[in-house]
Amino acid sequence: MSDGVRVLVGTRKGAFILTSGAERQEWDVSGPFFPGWEIYHVNGSPVNPDRLYASQSTSWFGQLIQRSDDGGKTWAPVGNEFHYAGDAGNHQWYDGTPHPWEFARVWHLEPSLSCPDTVYAGVEDAALFRSTDAGQTWVELPGLRTHTTGMEWSPGAGGLCLHTIVIDPTDEEKMVIAISAAGAFRTDDGGETWKPINKGLWSEGFPVPDGEVGHCVHNIAMHPKNPDVLFMQKHWDVMRSDNGGASWTEVSGNLPSDFGFPIEVHPHEPETIYVVPIKSDSEHFPPDGKLRVYRSRTGGNDWEALTNGLPQEHCYVNILRDAMASDTLPSAGIYFGTTGGQVYVSPDSGDTWQAIVHDLPAVLSVEVQTLS
Amino acid sequence: MIAIISSPSTDPTTTEPASGASTHTSPATSTTWTIRVLLPGPLRALAHIDGEISLDIAAPSQRGVIDALDAQFPALRGTLRDAIKDRRRPKIRFYACGRDLSHVEPDDRLPDAVLDGAESYLIVGAISGG
Repeated sequence: MSDGVRVLVGTRKGAFILTSGAERQEWDVSGPFFPGWEIYHVNGSPVNPDRLYASQSTSWFGQLIQRSDDGGKTWAPVGNEFHYAGDAGNHQWYDGTPHPWEFARVWHLEPSLSCPDTVYAGVEDAALFRSTDAGQTWVELPGLRTHTTGMEWSPGAGGLCLHTIVIDPTDEEKMVIAISAAGAFRTDDGGETWKPINKGLWSEGFPVPDGEVGHCVHNIAMHPKNPDVLFMQKHWDVMRSDNGGASWTEVSGNLPSDFGFPIEVHPHEPETIYVVPIKSDSEHFPPDGKLRVYRSRTGGNDWEALTNGLPQEHCYVNILRDAMASDTLPSAGIYFGTTGGQVYVSPDSGDTWQAIVHDLPAVLSVEVQTLS
Repeated sequence: MIAIISSPSTDPTTTEPASGASTHTSPATSTTWTIRVLLPGPLRALAHIDGEISLDIAAPSQRGVIDALDAQFPALRGTLRDAIKDRRRPKIRFYACGRDLSHVEPDDRLPDAVLDGAESYLIVGAISGG
């Protein structure tokens, strides 16, 4: 395939693959794959773009992992057993009582940056698993879940989920993960040991608003050229760290609302970031019914609304935390999917937008592969 | 795919099925039963199955059925029985002969009509609008 993009879309009722050339004007739509199943995440190996992994689950039949070796044309189930290491023990439940650690589903799949057979899985109840055999078997990296604070972790409304995995491209032993609602954690030794990195976060209304753990981090993004600079969309507040998460400062600035789910960094501009504000923690839709992506070219604080091609009235969709992505074409493409079933693309870094598709099931995740 | 199921041989040493007999070998070796199973639609799609199937089971129990399904259709592993809890998934029910077998002990003997192939073993997912 010549230069182009492949957009991997996970929805409440199946997966879809959208493909286009570099112009990103004409699109082919494939799917639904795994119709009827919740597809929390579809992601591809940066080493071998034909290697894709998908998290497929329902509350009826549990969790499956699907793998494709031909760019999504065909799929086959691989390993789906996620056993916590040792005695799983308890975490905190919503009411503060001890609650057994129980596997529910895979929220996020993050392939290794160097090996197509290695892939990480972030799961609910929060834990990190790794496969080194292309998904056939999964082994927990227990150092995270057994952190001394683990018993204090309690779920957000969506469950105690490990939803974000960011791997340092300069050193794969370094990773940052995020858990709702425990916070952000960092490893420098490939997942053997972890430390909370939540200093500077403030969670209003919590008994300990600036606690070591207990923050509902929604998403974290990093530019590969600046691995020590991290951007965070929290349950309220957009945050920035310049020291690998050791401390955070708020960069919400002039956003109409600093509540939201995804955050994305421009692939070629490390200080350009994108968020999609929604009104509040209960009203999960854009302020004033206007779907606006906000871009900061200064790494936060100063934000501009991007609206060209997006609905500016009667729009009450949400964009979930894994539903925003970018390609790496010279004129960078920014993409997001909505709970209303639209997938939008901007082929010009956010200046203009167009809908690729309008009527998919609610979109849970969007990832983009740049093909050449 | 529906197998031709017939009544079991009355000779426990029979290795060659008599006319009209099910697969039923000597208890000195291994004993199997061939039963009829109907899976819910999403799992039929997952396992690329059309309609009812015939399934050879080594143990005449619900556990035997699940074990056999997992062995013959690896894509189904974990979809009926939670591999961690080793329990039926809560939104799955098992029926046969007009009875709900969901709360029967997993190692209890299946109804003879199921083992004889006269009745199907039904696996049903909870009905939901979601």
